[in-house]
Amino acid sequence: MDRPTNQKAWFLVLPVLLLVAFSAIIPLMTVVNYSVQDTFGNNEFFWAGTAWFEEMLHSQRFHEALARNLIFSAIILAIQIPLGIVVALSMPRKGIGVSICLVLMALPLLIPWNVVGTIWQVFGRVDIGLLGHTLEAIGIDYNYVRDPLDAWFTIILMDVWHWTSLVALLCYAGLVSIPEAYYQAARIDGASRWAVFRYIQLPKMNRVLLIAVLLRFMDSFMIYTEPFVVTGGGPGNSTTFLSIDLVKMAVGQFDLGPAAAMSIIYFLIVLLLSWIFYTVMTNYERGGQ
Amino acid sequence: MARIDLRNLAHAYGPNPKEPRDYALKPLNHTWEDGGAYALLGPSGCGKTTLLNIISGLITPSHGQVLFDGVDVTAMPTEARNIAQVFQFPVIYDTMTVYDNLAFPLRNRRVPAPAVDARVREIAAMLEMTDVLKKRARGLTADAKQKISLGRGLVRSDVAAILFDEPLTVIDPLLKWQLRSQLKQLHKKSGYTMVYVTHDQTEALTFADKVVVMYEGEVVQMGTPAELFERPAHTFVGYFIGSPGMNVLAAEVDGTVATVDGTAIRLPRAYGKSTTDRKVELGIRPEFVRVARGEGLPVRIRKVEDVGSYKIARLAFGSREIAAIAPEGTEFPADDVGAVFDPAHLNVYVDGHLVNGTPVRGG
Repeated sequence: MDRPTNQKAWFLVLPVLLLVAFSAIIPLMTVVNYSVQDTFGNNEFFWAGTAWFEEMLHSQRFHEALARNLIFSAIILAIQIPLGIVVALSMPRKGIGVSICLVLMALPLLIPWNVVGTIWQVFGRVDIGLLGHTLEAIGIDYNYVRDPLDAWFTIILMDVWHWTSLVALLCYAGLVSIPEAYYQAARIDGASRWAVFRYIQLPKMNRVLLIAVLLRFMDSFMIYTEPFVVTGGGPGNSTTFLSIDLVKMAVGQFDLGPAAAMSIIYFLIVLLLSWIFYTVMTNYERGGQ
Repeated sequence: MARIDLRNLAHAYGPNPKEPRDYALKPLNHTWEDGGAYALLGPSGCGKTTLLNIISGLITPSHGQVLFDGVDVTAMPTEARNIAQVFQFPVIYDTMTVYDNLAFPLRNRRVPAPAVDARVREIAAMLEMTDVLKKRARGLTADAKQKISLGRGLVRSDVAAILFDEPLTVIDPLLKWQLRSQLKQLHKKSGYTMVYVTHDQTEALTFADKVVVMYEGEVVQMGTPAELFERPAHTFVGYFIGSPGMNVLAAEVDGTVATVDGTAIRLPRAYGKSTTDRKVELGIRPEFVRVARGEGLPVRIRKVEDVGSYKIARLAFGSREIAAIAPEGTEFPADDVGAVFDPAHLNVYVDGHLVNGTPVRGG
């Protein structure tokens, strides 16, 4: 059967295409442009080919920042996903407690990112910060400005505080959509608390968990503002993530070519890892059919 | 398998019920015999699901007791009661295979693996699901899923009763018939006590040996389908069962004569004289109303619906409507139309409840 074709439909998507072109594709193309050329100002460009890409891929500085990013994202996911699930499971299902919980948990999400950084920068300070000063007072040697481990601890704690509620809220949305009959059937079948979680709640949360993992991975992998405000990438380079390094390179050192090449590699890595997460999780959901 | 007794059972969702309308379930005494197939019929919100959940233990009643084979189980939790329940929407464990779904209740009760296997295969054969045992449950159709949830109940050999809460709501009409007859067969094969909640009279009447009709938190009648049809104990039963439902007309009754808007109708039984403070009504099923010329209640034919195998005449009697069922091919008179009631099937109701008069000799 022939479907009627109407080429005029293309005109209807044109506005969106233009909008996307101006907001995403054209800026991206200028980055591509920088990545394959060398410039010394005055709008003079010299063809550089793949030189910047090769330099980046062999740069130890890039490798180290990438490793820091991967470790950071792994830790963030390992803490926030289980913690978010636990928080969602222990949230009330009805009554006034629901609204109180939802508002309290949404609060960290509403704070501007650099403000979150400032809050924790002050909170962790040994001289005036509540956290830093308390730890010092009870005899724990803590100083995020001096010690790389303490810096990581502070940044991870900050990110958990900032973003776990997003995971929890997503999981909660998945949980409340489960009909009461499932729990009643489980009671009749004599299922344990663990079995209810494993065979009813977790499968029903699968979709929202996929979104949570993707969002948290992408955000944590591209994190910039909060660690920049707290540690500025230090001590040394110990908290210099790819994004911080990129800004240093592009705006600080004005190495536009290498920075552009790095942006593109960075972008491709985020895309690739997100695609892997998506494929693995959707396959698991379909699993075995 | 068990006999279930409900003793002075009542339930109110709010605390401190005082008036009758505070109760979702008004006080009732009832017995479900061992191995019986019962239907619990009533409109939405009449308390039938509340009653079902009390039996299964999902709700603890505010008054009275539930007894299984004489043992008080009122305070026992669901999992200790050996009850199986099939819900309105199929409840299956998405990530498991059909086999694991069926084995789940047994594994939770730590039944040894060989026994689980034997039992699962036996039930799968009974449900005709042997060939899909290894499949994921989530990919199946709604009726297959509903069979799995039923199977999870049947698989336990110690089940006291199987409760169904409108189990065919989401099933295609064609498969409904199939599944319903399978249920009936299963009941015969397994011998479990089954209680089937529905608001669909066809489902209730075809499935059950005994139908319990509920209305506003009260059991208004329990009986065989024939009893419910012929002698509805309450005007609601008459109206709810049958299509169209029973005609109910306000009347004055004195002895063997009922007067409806000035027209006298002879009754087969004798009743006391009606008083004005109680509502007296006459009930007659459309099947027992004949449209005639020049006799009976003077009516006007409003319209005739031809449903294929018979005709339904909608008659206007003053401001009220009377339905009459006539065989296919009936010609209705054009003028001077009257509705004649078959006296043998006239019922008298006082405040909604059936009153048994004294039979009249030779009447």
